[in-house]
Amino acid sequence: MGLRIELDEVLCQGHGVCEGEAPDVFSLSKKGELTILQPNPDESLRPQVEAAVKYCPTHALLIFADDSVAGPDKEK
Amino acid sequence: MTVTDATTALPTPPLVSGVGEDGSHLEELRTDPIGLMERVRAECGDVGSFLLADRPVALLSGAEANEAYFRAPEEELDQAEAYPFMKPVFGEGVVFDASAERRREMMHNQALRDKFMRGHAEKIAAEIDRMVERFGDRGEFEMLDWFAELTIYTSTTCLIGPKFREDLTAEFAELFHDLEKGTDALAFVDPYLDIPSFHRRDAARAELVELIDAILQKRLAQPAPEGDDRDLVDVLLSLRNEDGSLMFSADYVTGMFISMMFAGHHTTSTTLSWTLVELLRNPEAMAAVVEELDELYSDGRSASYQALREMPRTEAAIKEALRLHPPLILLLRVAKVPFEVCGHVVPEGWLVGATPAVSNRIDSVFPDADRYDPTRYLDDRHEDLDNPWNWIPFGAGRHRCVGAQFAMMQLKVILSVLLKDWTFELGQPADSYVNDHSKMVVQMNRPTTVKYHRRTAAEGAR
Repeated sequence: MGLRIELDEVLCQGHGVCEGEAPDVFSLSKKGELTILQPNPDESLRPQVEAAVKYCPTHALLIFADDSVAGPDKEK
Repeated sequence: MTVTDATTALPTPPLVSGVGEDGSHLEELRTDPIGLMERVRAECGDVGSFLLADRPVALLSGAEANEAYFRAPEEELDQAEAYPFMKPVFGEGVVFDASAERRREMMHNQALRDKFMRGHAEKIAAEIDRMVERFGDRGEFEMLDWFAELTIYTSTTCLIGPKFREDLTAEFAELFHDLEKGTDALAFVDPYLDIPSFHRRDAARAELVELIDAILQKRLAQPAPEGDDRDLVDVLLSLRNEDGSLMFSADYVTGMFISMMFAGHHTTSTTLSWTLVELLRNPEAMAAVVEELDELYSDGRSASYQALREMPRTEAAIKEALRLHPPLILLLRVAKVPFEVCGHVVPEGWLVGATPAVSNRIDSVFPDADRYDPTRYLDDRHEDLDNPWNWIPFGAGRHRCVGAQFAMMQLKVILSVLLKDWTFELGQPADSYVNDHSKMVVQMNRPTTVKYHRRTAAEGAR
C-alpha cells in the first residue's frame, strides 16, 4: 500500500524540517514556500516521510494510506 | 445583504461582571489579568467579553473557539492594529506598522530555518560558557537578570550575527528591559500617555538607536567584508538607494533588530526562569531530568542539535513550565468583519483575544490542570499534541510563533548545559516566585534569587 501526503497550508510556516528529513520528497523555496515533490512517495521513503511528519514544528503535514476511497487513516 | 442578516441574528459575546469605576475592566487587566480572564470563562463559557477602556474585547477559550480564531485569515482577524503598545517599541514602519505581506516577509527570518539550528546550538552553548565563567564554584545569582542578559547575547549572535553580538554589553539588556516594561495596557487608551514607564521606554529606544548607529558607523568606516564573513548588519549596509545613500536608517535598523529580538527575549528568559523554579519545587522531576542529561552527555559529545531532538524529559519539563506559565497570556486581533464563533458574532471593530493562560489550564482537558506534571508528555502521553487548540503557549495555526522551534532548541541547550554541571537551590521561599502582570509583557517579579554550586562527584558529576 502506498502513501499519500497532505499539507495544511494554513499551518505551514516554511521551517524546512521536512526538507531536511526527506529531501527527495519536500522542497522549500527561498521564499519559504513548500513543494511536495512526491505526493505519493514510494514505500521505501516511509521512514523519512514519517520523520518529516513527526518533527514538523507546526504539524502541518499528514500522511495517509493511499487507498483514498476509504476514510483517511491518519497516522501519528 | 442576507449574509449580514444571518450574522446579526446571532448574539454578541456576553459581558463579564466587574465593570470598574471607569466603565471598563482596564484596571483589573492591569492588576489581575488572569483573574479577569478566568472569570470570563467561568461566567460566559468559551466566548465572553470584557471592556478595555472604550473597546470591547471578545475573549475566546477552549478548542472550538480557539481553532476558529487561529485559522482565521488576516482579512477577518487582523494582527496589525491589535498591539498599539508595540508600535512605540518597534518604531515607524516596522512589523505591526507594516502591511500584512511585508510583515510575513519580515517574520520569515532565514535564520529560523531548521538547517541553521545545529550551528545556533553551538553558539548558544558557547555563550553559556562565557556567562558561567563569572560563577566561581558556588554562590547565588539574580536568575531572571542572568537569563535576560544571556538571551540578549544568544539571540543577537544567532539572529543578527556573532560580530554584532561582540559589540554588545550588559547595558543593551538593561535598555531592552525598559522597552519590555513599557508595555502597560494603558497603551490601549494612548500609547504616548504621560506616564513614567512610557518615558523610560522612549528614552531606552532612543539610546538603542544611538548604540546601533555607532555600530553601523564603525562598520561603515571599515572595508565591506565579503562572503561568509558578512552578518546581517553588513547585508543591510550593502543595500543602497540609486543615489548611493543607505536604504535603511539607523532608526529603522534598530526597529528591525528590536522586533527580531523582542519576541524571543522576555519569553525565553521568563520560561528559563519558570522551568528552573518548577524543577526546584519538584525534586522528582528534577532528578528525572538530571538523570537523562547524565546519560545523554556521558559520551562526552557536545550539545549538538541531533542530541537535542531526543531529550524527552528535559523537553517535557520545559513544555509543562510553558503550559502553566505562558509568557504571553493574551493574544489579540481586530475583527475586520463580523466574526462568527461558537454561536456568537463578534462585531466588526472589536478586539478579539485568545488566552493561553486560561486555555492551557482547562481542567476537563488537562487532568489536575494546575499541577506541574511533565509526565503529561512522556511515554505514551502527549497532552500537547492531543490538544493542539488548547495547548497554546506558542499560539497556534496561521500565526503560531515562528520562533517556537528555535526557542525550544535554545531552552534545551541552556537548561541542559547548566543542569549537567551545576546544582541549583531556591534562594528565597518557594511561593515567592511570581509573575508581574502589570504589563502586557509578563515577567517574573524580581528578586528571583537562586543559589548554585558546581556539581560534586557525590552528586553524579563526572
